[in-house]
Parts: sequence; C-alpha cells; structure tokens
Amino acid sequence: MENMDKPLTKNIRPDRVFATLADYESTGGYQGLRKAVTQLQPKDVQQWVKDAGLRGRGGAGFGTGLKWSMVPVDDDSSQTRYLIANADEMEPGTFKDRLLMEQDPHQLIEGIIIAAYAVQASIAYIFLRSEYHLAALRLETALRGARAKGYLGEHILNSEFSLEIHLHTSAGRYICGEETALLNALEGKRATPRAKPPFAVVSGLWGRPTVINNVETLCNVPHILNYGVEWYRGLSMGADQGTKLFGASGRIKHPGLWELPMGVPIREIIEEHAGGMQDGYKLRGFLPGGASTDFLLPEHLDVVMDYEAVAKAGSRMGTGTMIILDDRTCPVQMVLNLEQFFAQESCGWCTPCRDGLPWTVTLLKDIIAGRGRLEDLDILSGLTRMLGPGNTFCALAPGAMEPLQSALKYFRKDFERYIAEDNAVVESA
Amino acid sequence: MKEPIEKPDFEGLSLAEIREIKAGMSHYEDKTAASIEALKIIQKHRRWVSDECLVAVAELLEMSSAQLEGVATFYNLIYRQPVGKTVIHYCNSVTCWMLGAEDISERLCRYLNVELGEISADGEYTVLPIVCLGACDHAPVVLVGDKLKLDVTENAVNEIFGR
Amino acid sequence: MARIEIDGQSYDVQDGDNLLSSCLSLGLDLPYFCWHPAMGSAGACRQCAIIQYKDAEDQRGRLVMACMTPVKEAMRISIDAEQARQFRSDNIELLMTNHPHDCPVCEEGGECHLQDMTVMTGHTFRRYRGRKRTHNNQNLGPFINHEMNRCIACYRCVRFYDEYAGGKDLQVLGMHNNVYFGRFEDGALENEFSGNLVEVCPTGVFTDKTFSARYTRKWDLQTAPSICIHCSLGCNTAPGERYGELRRIINRYHGEINGYFLCDRGRFGYGFVNSQKRIVMPGIKGQTETTAEIAENHFRNLLKYAKSVIGIGSPRASLEANFALRSLVGEANFFLGLEDAEHTLLNAIVEILFNGGIRSPSLRETEQADAVLIMGEDVTHSAPRLALSLRQAVRNASFDMAHKMHIPLWQDAAIRQLGPIRSPLFIASICSTRLDDVATGTYQGSPDDIARFGFAIAHCLDESAAEPVDLSEDEKSLARSIAKALKQAQRPLIVSGTSCLSVAVIQAAYNVAKALPAQDKQLTFTLPECNSLGLAIMNGRPLQQAFDSINDGLADTVVILENDLYRRASHQSVDGFLEKAAHVVVIDNLENQTVGRAELVLPAATFAESEGTLVNNEGRAQRYFPVYPAADPIRGSWQWLTRLENSQWRHHHALTAACASAFPYLAAIVHAAPQTDNIIKGSKIPRQPHRYSGRTAMHANIKVSEPGQPQDMETPFAFSMEGAMAHVQPALLPVIWAPGWNSNQAINKFQQETGGHLRDGDAGARLIKPSGSHLPWFGHIPPAFEPEPGLWRIMSLPHIFGSEELSLQSTPLAERLPDLCVLLNPQDAESLGVDPGDPIEICDPARNFLLKFPVNIEKTLPRGLLGITAGRPEFQPLKFLDQVTLNKANPEQQPNSEAPL
Ligand SMILES: Cc1cc2nc3c(=O)[nH]c(=O)nc-3n(C[C@H](O)[C@H](O)[C@H](O)COP(=O)(O)O)c2cc1C
Ligand code: SF4
Ligand code: FES
Repeated sequence: MENMDKPLTKNIRPDRVFATLADYESTGGYQGLRKAVTQLQPKDVQQWVKDAGLRGRGGAGFGTGLKWSMVPVDDDSSQTRYLIANADEMEPGTFKDRLLMEQDPHQLIEGIIIAAYAVQASIAYIFLRSEYHLAALRLETALRGARAKGYLGEHILNSEFSLEIHLHTSAGRYICGEETALLNALEGKRATPRAKPPFAVVSGLWGRPTVINNVETLCNVPHILNYGVEWYRGLSMGADQGTKLFGASGRIKHPGLWELPMGVPIREIIEEHAGGMQDGYKLRGFLPGGASTDFLLPEHLDVVMDYEAVAKAGSRMGTGTMIILDDRTCPVQMVLNLEQFFAQESCGWCTPCRDGLPWTVTLLKDIIAGRGRLEDLDILSGLTRMLGPGNTFCALAPGAMEPLQSALKYFRKDFERYIAEDNAVVESA
Repeated sequence: MKEPIEKPDFEGLSLAEIREIKAGMSHYEDKTAASIEALKIIQKHRRWVSDECLVAVAELLEMSSAQLEGVATFYNLIYRQPVGKTVIHYCNSVTCWMLGAEDISERLCRYLNVELGEISADGEYTVLPIVCLGACDHAPVVLVGDKLKLDVTENAVNEIFGR
Repeated sequence: MARIEIDGQSYDVQDGDNLLSSCLSLGLDLPYFCWHPAMGSAGACRQCAIIQYKDAEDQRGRLVMACMTPVKEAMRISIDAEQARQFRSDNIELLMTNHPHDCPVCEEGGECHLQDMTVMTGHTFRRYRGRKRTHNNQNLGPFINHEMNRCIACYRCVRFYDEYAGGKDLQVLGMHNNVYFGRFEDGALENEFSGNLVEVCPTGVFTDKTFSARYTRKWDLQTAPSICIHCSLGCNTAPGERYGELRRIINRYHGEINGYFLCDRGRFGYGFVNSQKRIVMPGIKGQTETTAEIAENHFRNLLKYAKSVIGIGSPRASLEANFALRSLVGEANFFLGLEDAEHTLLNAIVEILFNGGIRSPSLRETEQADAVLIMGEDVTHSAPRLALSLRQAVRNASFDMAHKMHIPLWQDAAIRQLGPIRSPLFIASICSTRLDDVATGTYQGSPDDIARFGFAIAHCLDESAAEPVDLSEDEKSLARSIAKALKQAQRPLIVSGTSCLSVAVIQAAYNVAKALPAQDKQLTFTLPECNSLGLAIMNGRPLQQAFDSINDGLADTVVILENDLYRRASHQSVDGFLEKAAHVVVIDNLENQTVGRAELVLPAATFAESEGTLVNNEGRAQRYFPVYPAADPIRGSWQWLTRLENSQWRHHHALTAACASAFPYLAAIVHAAPQTDNIIKGSKIPRQPHRYSGRTAMHANIKVSEPGQPQDMETPFAFSMEGAMAHVQPALLPVIWAPGWNSNQAINKFQQETGGHLRDGDAGARLIKPSGSHLPWFGHIPPAFEPEPGLWRIMSLPHIFGSEELSLQSTPLAERLPDLCVLLNPQDAESLGVDPGDPIEICDPARNFLLKFPVNIEKTLPRGLLGITAGRPEFQPLKFLDQVTLNKANPEQQPNSEAPL
C-alpha cells in the first residue's frame, strides 16, 4: 500500500500514463464500493463520510456527509434521485479536477457510485465542461470498464443497488458550475441559477432530490470507505480533514499541482513545491483559491490552508489553486482581466451582477486608459459592497468582487497612480 | 462517409444527425434536456448551427425555435455563425493573460490574416478567445480543435501549425 | 396571520406571504420590478431590498430581498434603514447604466413603473460615463411595439408570456448584459394574450402599437370604468379617449373576473369605435339631409301610424336599451333577435344556471378548480380570458405538491421546476384546441358525439344518469378515467358553452356536474355575446317569430336594436322579412347589411359613449359608463328609445330600476355598479386626471373661447378634471393612480391585499343565487354522428380574431384574422383528392354551388365535418350543421375570397 498519505494521486504517474481499471484495482480500487454495498447501509456510508469530516472541494466547503443526509428518505422511495458530479471546472486559475479525471477516472467513478448508494440515487450524471475532451474520452472508457466488471449498472456487485452514470458535456459557461445553474443546464435550459430554498437535495433535477458534489470531493470517498475514518482523519495537519490538491500558477519556477495535507502552510506550497518565484520576479500577492478569492500578500505566507485560517486572513481557500501576482504584473490590469471574465460570464439574471460588472469593467478600463477620476475608486468600492454576498441571486458576483475589493485595499497606490499620472496606458485587453 | 453540408435532407437534418440526437434524448427525463447535446451534434457535422438547422432541431425536440435560440445564445460553444474547420481557442483568462495570451492571439491572427471570429481564407481556421482551460500550470495554453497545446511560446505559429 | 415589526411599528400580515407582498398590502412603498402578484417572485431585479434583523438585539441586520423572504411571526424588518435605501438607489443606478434617457419620446412616460421607482429611490444623479448597450428591435406584429434598449431585464415579459400564458415564441435570448427579450425572428406574437406585455413590462419596451398611431399621455386621456363587449366574460376595462377618439384600452383590475389581464381581442378590438363605418348621422331613406329632430319626428310618426310595431333586441346591446325597446313595443311584440337554435340554447342555459343548483364560478374561482372538464369549447377562441384562467387551474396539483414540500406558492420558479405536475384537464371538442398543450386527455367528435361522451361520463359518475348506448370501447374507457379524476377532485369544474349550438351538449354538461360528488363543484357556460345572458333572461321571443309576425301581416313596422340580422338568419329569410315590413327602423353604431335596408337609421353610441348594464356568463350584472360624450347627433340606443313622448324614463338609472322591477331575475342590477345612483347630484368623479392638459387650447382652432365642459346627467362621472376622487370606491375609479405611483402598478394601493379584491369590493351584482334544488337528469341523448358518404356537416369554429362582429371591424385585428380556408380531416381530404391549399367547391346537397375556398388539413377534425371560421361574413351562406357536398375545384379559377361584407 504505497503512498498512503496521497490517496487522491497515488495512481497518477509522473509520465502521465493514465491509470487503467487494472491499475486502479491493484491499489485498492473498488474495495470501498464493495464494502459499502455489501456491508453497509446507505445511512452508514453517510455517517462514515460525516465522521471523516470531508468538506466539499468545489469551493464552498460544505460538509459532504451533512449534505447527503439532507436528502429526504422518508417519502416515496420509488421516486428517482440523482447524483451529479460537478466537473465544470471553469474558475480561472483552477485545474485540479481535470487531472483527477484524466489520470485516474475510476477513482471518480467509484466515488460517484458510493455517493449514489449513500443517497440511494439511481441515475448519476458527470457534468463535464465541453473543453475537457481527453477527460471525456477517458471517462467514457472507464465507464464501460466499470460496467463490464459489474461495478456499474444493474445489481452492482450482486447487491440490490443499481446505478446508471451518464456523461453530459456542457457547452461552456462558468455559471454552469454553480450548482443550481448546473441543474438548469443539465435540463437543457438556460443556465440561470435557481432560488434556494428549495435546495437541490430536496428539489433538484426535474424537481427530484439531487446531490451535487465536486469531482475532487467524490474522489475522496472511496478511500474513506476503504481505509476508514480513523485513517482519513490522520491525514491532515490542520483543522480540516484529509488531503487536498493544491496548485499554483503564474511566474513561479514550477507551476503545478500537489496533493498535500489540509492545513499545509501557504509558504510551503509556493516556496517548496512551486520552487519559489522565477528569477527576476518578486512575489507581490496571490489569490489563494482561484479567481474569485481575495488577494493575500507575502505577509500571509504563513497562513495555513484551512477554510477558517484563510478566511481569517481575509480570503477564501476556494479551490485551493493559487494564482500568483508578481511584481511586474500590474494588479489593476490583472483585476480588469478577472472582472472582464466575470462580466462576460454573468448569466444576466440579477441586476447588480448583470449591470454592475460591466460598469466595473468600464471603470477599470477608464482608469487604465488615463480617463479615471479619484471618485471612480469610491464607485468601485461601492460596487464591491453592492455586489456583495446576499445581495445578488447567486455567488458569482460576490466572488467577482473579492479580488477587486482586496486589490483596492492592498494595491490602491497602483490605482491612484494611473489616475494621478493621467497617462493613457493603452490597455491590452 | 461525409455528411453533406449544403444539401440537408429530411427536416433539414441528416438521418445520422437525427439518429444521434434521438439517442441523446434517452439519457434524460424529457426531450428538451437533449437540446444542448443536439446543437453540439449539429456542430459536429456542420461546424455551426444555421437558422434552418436550429428550426429543425427545435421541431425534433418539440420546442419552439425561440426557446432553442434562448439556449443556443446562452452558451459559449454553440456557434450561430460559420467557423473554420478547426476552431483555435486561446485562453485569455488570468494566468494565460499574465503569461502572454494576447501576444499569442495576435500572432495567430496575423499569421492567418484574420480578425478574431473570422474564418481564414482557406476555410480552415477560426481564432476565438476562451475562458480558463484548466491548465494554468502550463500557461499559456491554446485549444486547437480538441487538442490542447500547453506551454505555448512566442513560437506559437510553429507550435500550432507545425510551421 | 402573523404579527411583524416594520421600522418599529407592529403590523398583522398574512401568514405564508412574502415580505414584499405584505408591505405593499399594508400600503407601504417598497420598490420592485420582477415580482408580480399574479406571477409570484423571481428574485431577479434585487430592487425590493430591505433589512431583516435576527432578533430584538440585532442592530445591524442583514440585507434581504423582501420578495424572496417569507413572513415569520415576530420578525423585525426595516424598509427605511439607510443601508437598504442606499442599496435600492444604487440598484436603480445600475439599471440606468443601460436605460436610455428617452422618456420624452417614450410612450411609457407618465405611467412608467421605472420612472416611479427611480423617483421613489431618489436616484437622480448620473455617475456612469460609459456607453449604453444597444439592441435591434423586432417587428412583433400589429399589436405590440418593441424597443429593447429600454429593457431593464426584469424577466416579467417572458414569465408572463411563456410561463403564465403558454406562449412559446417570445423568449429570453443571449446572456450577461446582452440579454434580449424577443422572438426567433420578426413576426407577429402568436399568443392571444400578448397585449398584456404592455402592462406587465415596467418600462417602455413593449407598448401598444394601436395606441402609438394616435398617442396621448396617460394624463391627457379621458377615461371611465368600462366593460369589455367582445365576449361574454365581462372583463373590466379602462378605455381612454382624446379629441373624441377612442385611443386605447387597458385592463381595469377586477378581483373576481379579469384580475390583471385581458385578451388581445378585448384590448385591441376597439377600433370599430373610430371606424369609417360608424353611423354618425341619422338617415331616412330617400332624404339626403337629416337632422336629429327630423329623424326623431320620423320615428315618432312611424310608431304613431304603424298598424303594429315589433321590436328586435340584441345580445350586444345593454339591458336598458333592450328593456326600453321592449317597453316601447310591448312585451308581446318584443323579440330577442336570436335565431331559433341559439334562442333555445340560451333558454336551456338560463334554466340550468338559475334552477340547476350548481354554482357558476367567477374566473378567480375557476382558477381554484382542481379538475376541469371542457365540453365542446375551444375557450381560447370563444371566451379567451377563461383560457388563461384554466391554464392556471392546471397548476393546482403542483401547488399541492409544493405545499407538501414546504415551498411557498409565490416561489414560482421552484414550483415550475417540480416538473409537469398538472391537475386534470379534459377537453372534449370538435377539433384540437389551444389548451390541449396542458390537457390530460382530449376527445374530438361532432357536437352530438361530444354530448354522448358527456352523458357517458355522467353515467360513470352516477348510475342513475342516463347512459348512451353503442359507445366505442375507447370512448368508454376515456369516459371512465375522466369520471374517476373528476370524482377525486374537491373543486371540480365543468365548462361548456354555445359553440356547439347543441342543447344536448349543455344538458350533458349539466348531468356531469350534477353527478359529481364534490360539495364545491362548479359549472360554467361560455356564451356568444357580451349580453347574451342578460337578453335571454328577458324572455323575448325568437327571431323566426318576428319574421312570421311580419310575413303573416300581424305587424308592419319593425325597430331593430343593434342587431345585424344577416349574421343571424339566412339571407333569403332576412331579405324577405325586411322587404315585407312596411317600415324598418334600425338603431346601430356601424354600417352593416341590415342598416343598409332600413328606412330610418338612428346613430347609436358605442359602449365608449354610452352607459348600460351587461350580464356576463357568470350571471354578474356590470355597469359601463361613457368614456366621452357621443358626438351629436349620436345617442345611446336607450336614449333614442326613451326620448319619445310616451316614454316614462328621463334618466338611465330610472330605466335600470324599471328593468330591475320588471324581471325578478334582474332585481339586483340596480347594484351593478357601486353606489352610483346617489352620488349623481353631489360632487362628481372626474374622468380627466388632475394633470389633464390643453383643455383651453384643444378646440382653439374651432373657437378661441373655451367651450363649457359637456354635462353628464346620467352617471356619477364628470367630463372634466374637476371633482372629488377622495372617497370613490376603487371599483369606480376611472384612472388608477396614487401619489408616487403613476403606472398601473398603483392598483396595489386599492386592493385589500396585493392580488386580492378591490377595497370596498369588486364591482357587479351576481344575479344567480345558489338554490338548493336541482333539475332532474336530462335524458335526451342524441344518436352518434355517422358521416354520410359524399356529405359533410358544417362546423363553425370560433376564432378570437375572426368571429366577433365588432372587433372584426377593427383594423389591427384584421391583420390577425385566420386564413380564409376550410378545414378537413386528412382522410376526407385524401378521398377528395385535395392537398392543403387546393381550392374546394362547396355545394348544397342539391349540388347548387355555394362557395369555393382553399382547404387546410386538420388532423383532429373528425371525418364528415367541414370546419369554417364562425362569424366571418365570407362564409355567410354556410350555417352551422348545414349539410354540404364537396368537390375538388379547378385551381385555375380564383377562389372567391372576397365575399360581400
Ligand atoms: C459561479 C460559480 C461557479 C462554480 N463552479 C464550480 C465548478 O466549476 N465546479 C465545482 O465543483 N463547483 C463549482 N461551484 C460550487 C458549486 O456551486 C457547489 O458548491 C459545488 O459543486 C458543491 O460541491 P462540493 O460540496 O462537493 O464542493 C461554483 C459556484 C459558483 C457560485
Ligand atoms: S449573480 Fe445574478 S446575474 Fe450574476 S450569475 Fe448569479 S444570478 Fe446570474
Ligand atoms: S421584486 Fe424582489 S427581487 Fe425583484
């Protein structure tokens, strides 16, 4: 049992030859599933995952076992329930689910089957973003393999439990990753988010109970079942449980992705695993968990990657994949790039997001082009409050405001310099 | 066998398209759920979705054309205008932007002598921006058709067109 | 009830409601856009933000959207908190980044919800310096303008058009701040309720195209409460006039009938009032110049010297006008002006409604039905607004489901997401209907077969009801399953009507209703015209007897009230009758064939220039009032009939009272409008808003001195802006307006609760009192229809735009007429060798040529039937149930689509 401290990536080889079904089975693959369907009740599986302390890896960190337990079981048991693996991964700077699906597709499939068993879902979808062609190919192959081996389909491993998994490829929109927008996308509709409540666990796909989990979240599940709660709780070095894929991109020596224990210090990720900044570049700041998280500064390097710890430092762990801002990249232009992304990906449903983000973009462009005024910074701060959590229909706009609000706080001088100098920098974007 | 592009048959769609769309429908509780897949099937065969095709698909899925258009115009990867045989998507999101995405797009456009969204004279290529392709550790990246090119450099033209 | 605290004050509000609706019900001002009382919450616009406090200690609170937050006992909220005010004003600022500053040229200006909300939130200063996004507009047909740049993306239009009204051709396209509300391509909006977009849209994206041509600001329109005259439902309307022209019609809220919505016929069918065909002068055959006095004298003399005078009334004239005629000619000489079959049918309906012991529901009540059976009607075409209500009724099952899942009913999207869970709706009709898309089951057959099918359902419900023989197995099993669904319902509703011209259908519908076990069951009939029921209650004689009395020489003079007899009976019989009559007097408002044959024509005011009482299909008497004075010498029909010296009634209210005492069933009509009669002498209600402009100038081209305002001696309203609005019951308000609320949304201020009844009650007096007794079972079951080889039966199918007499004369509607063609079953078409579009010759059984029209195939039309559009003059020689033969025609010859009107 090699690499017990890196359960998620133990099958991922440096040469990037992906793990076949046999490879996967040879390292304990599908043992968790066997245990679940032959020895445990669905409620027990939920309890194991709850006890393991697994929190969603899609960004919000909601307790996975708790989410599963919210699926109503008392009423009509003949009603279809759905499980969805959220493989939309479109948040800029995030590239973790791709690796898991391309290199070890069975891990996700086993996770889905166990999760479906836990909530007694009979149909599962993998909601995959369209551009992940390789992942689609490998998942299709893996699904066929799993079906052939009786891990999937009717009477899985001769149990009472049956499940069908469909691979659904999307047509590209960041908002599809938002779980209720995803439901609409899957139903073939415009992917505007839905009001909550009712929550998807009660009324999701076609009005039926539906659990939506991130790919990485689901990939944790087989190991919890296979090696047990105690083992899982021993993996972490912080307040949250398990390991997580952490990544970094930007002007660092070795951009990449590493499976590390929860609670790992940020400094270790950037300086050791990523090898520090490229020569000639200095670290100016970083977005710790993708495009929709607040900037942190070098002074935050000793913060550890735990949901609470990062929150205390003023940001979010998000997806755990960092975007590094170096000293030669203009933070204002970087924020413009991010806001252009969010403005373009706004679904157009609610006013603050639909009309506020384009205004943010206009203001940033004006500032960069030398047309800015000092009041514009007040308007921008006003917008960060206006588009804040709870004020919009979904979390896209508040996410969009995180890098902006922290940039205004930490890099205000850069904004002011544009305004003061009055020198039209022809923006590249 | 190649699908006819100009001369559609039954209902404006080819039999192969109809067959594939119908197969897709079986994965969902209702027909309209196959709408996005159906549009992608059309694109697989014809690269883009013309008005006529959209109307025909809507009919097949028992939706109104306006409903299907509402779906088609929501999603980024449904083309309602013609594109080249291969669409080159260069990522313009944050990390790729930082590492030179705009430069790459300019090089590609200059080489093909097109603006973004146009079809190159030989009908082969269209260059479009796309949001983060989830390969930021290899930024900048470009998706050429369904092949991902990683760590693209100033030699983008060479790396992509092999020239 | 829950007690909540708003800005430090305690209020009692409805449990289960959302806070926005509660605040508005309390009369508090809270801005909103996407929420609509009939359509629930969407949470999209984010305009209704308020602060919610966790508990008594919480000082900061949390910003929430009022429309998405359920009322909870003891909750504390603030509308006034600075943070909430700021947010609402900032939100408007965001909407304004794209909204053009074109209020001066925008037709919404002055009644614009966006203007009102902008002022209310105090957003007055523009900080945005960027460009505004622009859109191309679409041509949406003759009714609706499209100006997409003004869109604030509240999503109300598509939520109404698609989700509420079932129209699929208007959708939201695009995304981010480039969302576009429109069609796939240019073209007329297909849905029959498209006109409501004008009122549902809070800005000027969708405006009334028929109004544009002769546009006037809301504050410059003269308005009075009115009733739609284009079908039997009696929706309440607010017509607006300027310069003696009717400019538009908008919805007038009625809590029991139309609520917030009208159909397109009712909204856009008013053009006949301004039409070239209006009779504006009296006419005496053979004389060129006639004045009102001469005409009146002529009329007087005719009556004086006549051997005997008969009067023919009208289902499209008011009770009072009909009663005045009846009084003039005497009870024995009064004929209802309905052709025999319709006359008999209406009598049967009156009998069932008044003595059948089953409640006839209002539209609001029909929306509560949890199972519906429609027998013989395509309601979208015969009583359009009812179709919109039935479309809501099918949602009741999903409301029950939502209730079980603790989803509040105003969470509209959440309920729709539960999937197509529908309350049963069954439709038995001649061919497919516009409600089939939400029907659980449909049955198509000839009128006789529909009746038989109904009798079968009744028998399944109650074995003592008569049973038809020889039903097919399919029919039997469908009847059984319908009976089962109806039996399980708590509030079942049976809908039938006159479209099949079949007493058997009506009786079968009654049998089904009677057989239902539910306590709370209802039965409703759709009728042909706006006062069909009122007229039928008057017990006149059928038209044929009028013909007979002239033909037999019993009478020599006839007075015809607002009735084109050529629409009622065959050409020959009407021709013969009018020829035989020595003197024919016609009182009407539009030229028509009957008018053309009159010796004396008296120009009658339309609904817009006169007052009267109408009885709708539910048995509700309602009063309409003149919007503007009729241009001299046009008068209300009742005035022509009561001006003669033998008349006892100088005033309309006296006439109403006399009519009420003449017919016990009509006793309540004196209450048809709230408290009108006793305020006539006191201060009057102004028809012109207090901002009405240009009064001193509008006639300056004729005369420099300002003419005195016309006096209204008949109603509580003044043709003026002077008067008192303060204590007027909402049901009598000509214009809905409240300080700060210039748009139609001001209605919130006049309802008991949002979307509920008007304060002080909705207008109208229900004439039908529930009686305990029932009628015995009907047992006259017609034999099944058997197509005879070579013969087809004519089926006149109503059409919303093609069938009603007056709206047919309105230009914008004419553009939406159905194609002039006849419908055939595909097998019949095949047997005749005709393809769609081929002309076909229609002959009588003796093979005399009648007409030629192109054929259209209607899959659901049973064999042996030939469908035509009811009420279209082009089909005139063909009458419902006539037998005809058909022949494929030589396509070279042009079909005679231009039949005389
Ligand atoms: C705008 C937006 C985009 C999102 N995109 C993704 C995504 O691509 N993948 C993902 O797993 N979660 C995404 N999420 C989070 C999901 O809504 C949801 O919380 C998650 O899939 C739940 O899974 P978990 O509990 O396993 O983390 C997104 C959320 C928002 C607001
Ligand atoms: S915040 Fe509003 S407009 Fe933006 S993506 Fe979410 S729902 Fe759509
Ligand atoms: S009315 Fe509440 S969000 Fe629109």
